[in-house]
Amino acid sequence: MSAVRERLAMSRPKEGAAGQTGSWRVFKPVVDREKCNACGLCAMYCPDASIDEELIVDLRFCKGCGICANECPKKAIEMVREEK
Amino acid sequence: MLKCTSACAGCSDSLALRYVLKAAGPDTVMVVPACCTSVIQGIYPNTAFNVPVYNIAFGAAAACASGMSNAFRAAGKKTNVIVYAGDGGTLDIGIQAMSGAFERGTDFLYICYDNEAYGNTGMQRSGGTPMGAKTTTTPTGKTDAKKDIDAIIAAHDPPYMATACAAYPQDIFKKVQKALTFRGPTFIHILAPCPPGWRYPTEKSVEMGKLAVKSGMWVLYEREYGKVTIGPQSKAAMKKPLPLEEYLSPQGRFKGIDTKVVEILKQRIAKNYQRLAADEEASA
Repeated sequence: MSAVRERLAMSRPKEGAAGQTGSWRVFKPVVDREKCNACGLCAMYCPDASIDEELIVDLRFCKGCGICANECPKKAIEMVREEK
Repeated sequence: MLKCTSACAGCSDSLALRYVLKAAGPDTVMVVPACCTSVIQGIYPNTAFNVPVYNIAFGAAAACASGMSNAFRAAGKKTNVIVYAGDGGTLDIGIQAMSGAFERGTDFLYICYDNEAYGNTGMQRSGGTPMGAKTTTTPTGKTDAKKDIDAIIAAHDPPYMATACAAYPQDIFKKVQKALTFRGPTFIHILAPCPPGWRYPTEKSVEMGKLAVKSGMWVLYEREYGKVTIGPQSKAAMKKPLPLEEYLSPQGRFKGIDTKVVEILKQRIAKNYQRLAADEEASA
């Protein structure tokens, strides 16, 4: 028995650990920049942290749940059906 | 926590978890028993968690954390040990290990996120399911009341315990930070609305959490060395409660609920409010 195995079966932290979950999406969020007052509530409530500090939605990972559109106080986010 | 977990769209557990990990910082070890969180880590060889995670059997999470915490303290490290368990792993299966760890005074934080059923196996009834809710094993609605785990924990007299709701992330952040400053066992109970299980559209996760607090189905409070403080959100709800029907009607699991059951739920809410208000007054 060697003291330490060289290659340990271990998961390592990585973005996109579940693949590109953006493909799950049916409706995608579209931000109306004129209505947006940059309050940041959408980024705060996004379960997948797909909205960054500049409030840009990362469509690779956004699952299209629509919480951002529902919680936006200015109603600046609209959920639009994904075209494939 | 990194972007992209394999959680369902609109999962409020991953929302709560983000803020728990943000508050805990990098010097943290997680112990996760079988629950949704052990699924949302992602697929080997990648994980969405940026901290070490120990996946363990349902009934052993608190016992494992107990040993871990003791080992860290013996080595002179201040690493936070956090158990992140679901309601099944806390209220039903993990309760004896948890009770033991609280009795021994282990220095750790136990977080129970409560989606009120066994989520990842297909929404079977758990001890946390409220009365009248339909699950796959109670198709006509549960006939028994929700187990009051907070009272059970309070009986262990931990230095700090709190309830939180995934719809108030800043509140979770504050409570986790506060809990980690205490030496000894601490407990946070987070309500995590579950879109597929509660049968409501995914965009309403946060709204549903807020409705739960506003209607009184969920009360936010802290208990610090026996001193109860009711949160401002729940204080407002106590003064001006939202009708319970507004919380029940958007959820598919309460569809066709008996009016008698609604009455019982309302009575329980009133009783719970009274008890907590009395506790707060007595400890002030």
